[in-house]
Amino acid sequence: MPQLPGTDAHHHTLVVLVENKAGVLARVASLFARRGFNIFSLAVAPTEDDRFSRITIVVDVASAPLEQITKQLYKLVNVVKISELDPRDSVERELMLVTLKADLTTRSQVIELVNLFEGRVVDVGHDELTVSVDGVPDRLDDVEELLRPFGIVELQRTGRVALPKLEHTALSLRSARRTA
Amino acid sequence: MKIDGGRALIKALELEGVETIFGLPGGAILPVYDPIIDSPIRHILVRHEQGAGHMAEGFAHVTGKPGVCMVTSGPAATNVVTPLCDAYMDSVPMVCITGQVPFSAIGTDAFQECDTVGITRSVTKHNELITEAQDIPLMVRQAFHLATTGRPGPVLLDVPKDIVDPKNPRSTLEWYWPTDDEVAASLPGYRPTTKGHPKMIRQAAELILRAERPVIYAGGGILKARAAEALRELAELCDIHVVTTLMARGAFPDDHHLALGMPGMHGNYTSVTSMQQSDLLIALGSRFDDRVTGKVDGFAPGAKVIHVDIDPAELGKVRRPDVPIVGDCRLVIEELITAVRDLTAGGVTFPDRSAWKQTISGWQETYPLTYEQSEPGEALKPQYVLERLRDNTPDDTIVASGVGQHQMWTSQYWRFNHPYTWVNSGGLGTMGFSVPAAIGAKVGRPDRMVWAVDGDGCFQMTAQELVTAASERIPVKIAILNNAYLGMVRQWQEMFYDERYSEVYLSPDLPDYKLWAEAMGCVGMRVESPDEVDAAIQKANEIDDRPVVIDFRTDAREKVYPMVPSGLSNDQIVTDPAHGEGGH
Repeated sequence: MPQLPGTDAHHHTLVVLVENKAGVLARVASLFARRGFNIFSLAVAPTEDDRFSRITIVVDVASAPLEQITKQLYKLVNVVKISELDPRDSVERELMLVTLKADLTTRSQVIELVNLFEGRVVDVGHDELTVSVDGVPDRLDDVEELLRPFGIVELQRTGRVALPKLEHTALSLRSARRTA
Repeated sequence: MKIDGGRALIKALELEGVETIFGLPGGAILPVYDPIIDSPIRHILVRHEQGAGHMAEGFAHVTGKPGVCMVTSGPAATNVVTPLCDAYMDSVPMVCITGQVPFSAIGTDAFQECDTVGITRSVTKHNELITEAQDIPLMVRQAFHLATTGRPGPVLLDVPKDIVDPKNPRSTLEWYWPTDDEVAASLPGYRPTTKGHPKMIRQAAELILRAERPVIYAGGGILKARAAEALRELAELCDIHVVTTLMARGAFPDDHHLALGMPGMHGNYTSVTSMQQSDLLIALGSRFDDRVTGKVDGFAPGAKVIHVDIDPAELGKVRRPDVPIVGDCRLVIEELITAVRDLTAGGVTFPDRSAWKQTISGWQETYPLTYEQSEPGEALKPQYVLERLRDNTPDDTIVASGVGQHQMWTSQYWRFNHPYTWVNSGGLGTMGFSVPAAIGAKVGRPDRMVWAVDGDGCFQMTAQELVTAASERIPVKIAILNNAYLGMVRQWQEMFYDERYSEVYLSPDLPDYKLWAEAMGCVGMRVESPDEVDAAIQKANEIDDRPVVIDFRTDAREKVYPMVPSGLSNDQIVTDPAHGEGGH
């Protein structure tokens, strides 16, 4: 299967709807530790329904078959629903904050590059800038590579969050992709 | 009605049908112990919290009801970790209540504080720290629901002292009792599948009707699902032989003509080899444990697999099934029986399996379990003791065992003709399991004779619970197969470590088991020669007012055969003791 942007054969995105209760994240994390499953990234936040939280986990399926990871997760009493998101049928976003070396000679180049990726400067120091960029994870990889030569002081990514593509959009895009 | 948390907790246990609690009080759980005085629930005061956990397990094994244990915080909670893990591995329904320091003190490293929920998270089906007194009735109901439905298992409730202490305003609640629907609605992520998928059932029935060398691989799930009768009906209807795993001994009667006995590392030759050469394995409530499969790649290479389990995660975990069926074993087997009947009524017939059956009976004749009886004056053969014990006790006697050689010999030499007569620690392999588990079993089934077959190593780990048994007048009987060694370790050192016996010798006389038993309020006996065996067993059987301990002096050189050495394929089964004899 040809690799589409944003996909990686070893990484799958699981969106796990859990009860919004104390200790649920610990249950999920300790399950991964106990069964020897690797987490690539993890993001947790409340959902539109305050009884539930959504945990977006990018799992490394080289460590265990995805099916076993999903089934073991389902055994947690507080796990309500799990969706495996195929990057082709989902919208994924990630946010990155980077503090860069940017003195007077390079500052304008950095700002230009950040603008090109629709990022924003969120903090300014004498010789440093902090910028924020969001987008699909692959795009953030590109930004990171392009910014690296300026000198990265600190970098923090959130891990990806994802939702399924809306049905009609997904269908039309799918057929468009097939004909392409 | 206003009530305090401690009273609410005990009342909730009463309403859940709890008749017995195994436990030991302490600081944090004191307020819950106070109302026990006024409750019809029987409390059995153990001498170590691990004993309470294993007693609850033994009780659950023989009754099918959840075992309940209650202990205090900190070290008491850590002492029940082993039984919790044991119950988790063997899917034993159990509810454990632990005391906890007051809610406001949590996180301060208070006296006898520990992170019980954190420590027990991976060894329980579910656990909860109850933070408000108002949650107690619902959480107790949830705990029993979770422990007993789906794949059963242990559930722990951690109860801070302030919410159960009537002197604390935080302990007051308005009493209520949630309905089944309210309990289900409060657990939105918990919906076990019990009925098999009709399409899969149909496919399974078709495979069964095509198979020429089928074997039913029955696991502990049969007993958990109370499916022994259904299993027998399926086996007889389809005329298929049945192997019963260590956890399933008793699920299919050993005296049945289709019974093959135990498979696995110490399974009998016919059981192991029939699975290896089968063309269809019908796995019912079994989980392809490494002690059954040996080297997975070499396990039953020519077999298609129908795998029935209530836990979806077991399907495909070790071996990919051709027909996976998620569901309750009893319901699925009944559905399978109907599907097979439908097909045969439609004219489908079973293939001729006479050659396969002849092969099986040929193996049974060629490779029976054997041992050589000792000469007069020599140490007892453990197998002989077991045969005599088996033949001198009622057919429905409950047998508990510890872990090691004596466990394997008991499973091999006992004839389990009834379900729920075998209590042992299969998955975790917990030495010291048998004494407390036998006590719990006897409490659950006071009408039955209960024997524990123990090793001398195991006995020393939990023997103090015989004090509990003596003081509570629970007349269990303990047969120690005393070979003065950690026998199974010794066997591996003999066979795989060039007879380098590192740290396995225990001494037959230290402790003096007879004196120790008497000191604990039991009748103690010692048997050294084969001609004394029957009389000692008969004497023990007649004692019904206190526990009995018999110290059987057995031959340390005796090894468990057959054996599939670890990491090898089941085709490499060693049946002839000479193959493993190190020479003496």
